[in-house]
Amino acid sequence: MSFYEVLTIIIPSTLLTAAPLIFTSLGGVFSEKSGVVNIGLEGLMWVGAFTGAVATLTLEHAGMGQASPWIAILIAGVAGGIFSLIHAVVSISFRADQTVSGVALNFLASGLTIYLVKMIYNGQGQTPYITNNIDKISIPVLHNIPIIGPIFFQQVTYTSYIAILASFAVWYLLFKTPFGLRLRAVGEHPAAADTLGISVIKMRYIGVILSGVFGGIGGAVYLVTITSNFNISTIAGQGFLALAAMIFGKWHPIGAMLGSLFFGFAQALSITSQQIPYLDRLPSVIMLIAPYVLTLIVLTGFVGRAEAPKADGVPYIKGQR
Amino acid sequence: MSGLLKKVNWMTLVVPLVSVFLGLLCGALIMLAGGYNPLLAYGSIIQSIFLQPYYAGETIRAMIPLVLAGLAVAFAFRTGLFNIGVEGQLMAGWLASVACAIELDGLPRIILLPLSIIAGAVVGGLWGYLPGLLKARFKVHEVISTIMMNYISLYATAYIIKNFLYTEGERTPTIPASASLASNFLANITQGSRLHWGFIVAIIGVILMWLILWKTTMGYELRSVGFSPDASKYAGMNVGRNIILSMAISGAFAGLAGAMEGLGTYQYMTINSAFTGIGFNGIAVALLGMNTPVGVVLAAALFAGLQTGGLTMQSVAGVPVELIQIVIALIIFFIGSSYVIKWALLRFSGRGRN
Repeated sequence: MSFYEVLTIIIPSTLLTAAPLIFTSLGGVFSEKSGVVNIGLEGLMWVGAFTGAVATLTLEHAGMGQASPWIAILIAGVAGGIFSLIHAVVSISFRADQTVSGVALNFLASGLTIYLVKMIYNGQGQTPYITNNIDKISIPVLHNIPIIGPIFFQQVTYTSYIAILASFAVWYLLFKTPFGLRLRAVGEHPAAADTLGISVIKMRYIGVILSGVFGGIGGAVYLVTITSNFNISTIAGQGFLALAAMIFGKWHPIGAMLGSLFFGFAQALSITSQQIPYLDRLPSVIMLIAPYVLTLIVLTGFVGRAEAPKADGVPYIKGQR
Repeated sequence: MSGLLKKVNWMTLVVPLVSVFLGLLCGALIMLAGGYNPLLAYGSIIQSIFLQPYYAGETIRAMIPLVLAGLAVAFAFRTGLFNIGVEGQLMAGWLASVACAIELDGLPRIILLPLSIIAGAVVGGLWGYLPGLLKARFKVHEVISTIMMNYISLYATAYIIKNFLYTEGERTPTIPASASLASNFLANITQGSRLHWGFIVAIIGVILMWLILWKTTMGYELRSVGFSPDASKYAGMNVGRNIILSMAISGAFAGLAGAMEGLGTYQYMTINSAFTGIGFNGIAVALLGMNTPVGVVLAAALFAGLQTGGLTMQSVAGVPVELIQIVIALIIFFIGSSYVIKWALLRFSGRGRN
């Protein structure tokens, strides 16, 4: 197998696995930039994947056909946003420890979604398979480009490119608009932002809700492009991987996107390495643990300091210094 | 002064109790919304764990790793550290104890059993030591590093079992009887439950945590760092060393929990594709137990009872067993929101106005 053929396998596979991570890690950026640690990304993906499955199945049944998974992704975004309100209320208004609240959110999400699946589908632990998933396609026109076309634009899903574009949109929103400046201000120095008339509580609520929307979308994208049904092992650690990608990308939207692509690459390698010369001799466990080991190394500061927003994780109490 | 103390004690007890009550109440409302009968559901839990010896035995069996995992989380909390990595430390300890028992088969029981238990504690401790070191030396937040360590542990243990200790059924071979904590006597008196001698290890663990934290200089330093790292540093304590020590001891408790599963409940380790959940439950146990040894035991008893009885609830009342997880999650939320609970209680008791 030539190196070129290897690329035509690995790159599309990377793009596929990275898309849910990109969406979810962008969600993490929103929450943490506003100063609320979100360990609950995993749970938000559970809710997104569950909603994605149930909504797609319902819409299919109603005769929506090919449009069903796309609408389902949007519904999942709304569901994620609503679910994240619990984290927002508990950690912002009730001043709970944000890590505790995030842990509880994951617990609640996995319990509640499986509980509901069993209730809806007569005691079965999984949903039926959706028939209209978002398939890998060749992107019109672009896939005809010589050399690049078959690598980047064949056997890919639109969601991957939407995710990458979304990361640029988030970057613009956070760094080029007044809204973004306010969101980052309450995450860096809430007291100063408060003095200037920015509502810390409101901005943090928006940050957390946006993380829920993106996490929900990420979970739904994972479902409609990769697994096609929802059960207890559908989202096995994808949310924590997205959290790692966000940190790996140093709390920056573009960084989070690149981190997600890199972790998607590692996952793609661990799945496809058996078909690739030389790599098939490497134990697949190396590729599986690589994202986590690399995140630890990044955090130690050997490759440039990764700084969290200054007030990340600290509840804001008016008048307290 | 004595009045103040009275108020604090009252509050520390009230918040967990109110949280449990609210958690169970919300669980009942969720059941009602789903068309189930909450009284029948909760009744079946109580009936099974208190009146049926098998379920009573299984509850105590489930308490063993839960107490140790809860101690692990609580111990780190006391030094101001949030150890989310209990899950990974537990798996590492589980594999180490099982591997030790299998590889050193032939040693007399009096040596092999303690050695296997210690192997679990040591490897679990090492798995906690590393995040401690990263925190002390490089200021890496332990929440993030322990999450990463969880996944490294999950994949690494699966890989090691698959390549070095594999037997049919996606698991390690069964450990030799000389390293087993299982007991025919305990099984017989509980009508065939998997209750094992590990409960003695859990009791020792509880006493050990209390002794270390409240009766030694080391424990004083660990708690001092938890209250105020800056003041401790000013007083001449080595904050970094205490952080590493706390994480290592916390990991050792988690490793012990894993050893109890390996040497007691299962007698082997399966290739796990997902986490056991014991480590995450340990966080709930520690929070509900207010990070005290006795509180951890009580909280573990509640959660173990709910989880074991949850199986009966599913068959008797038809409620999916996941309801228990929802209730536990809600209890954590309420505990976390203790600020609001305290505020509300003061308000309603009329004392808030002065």
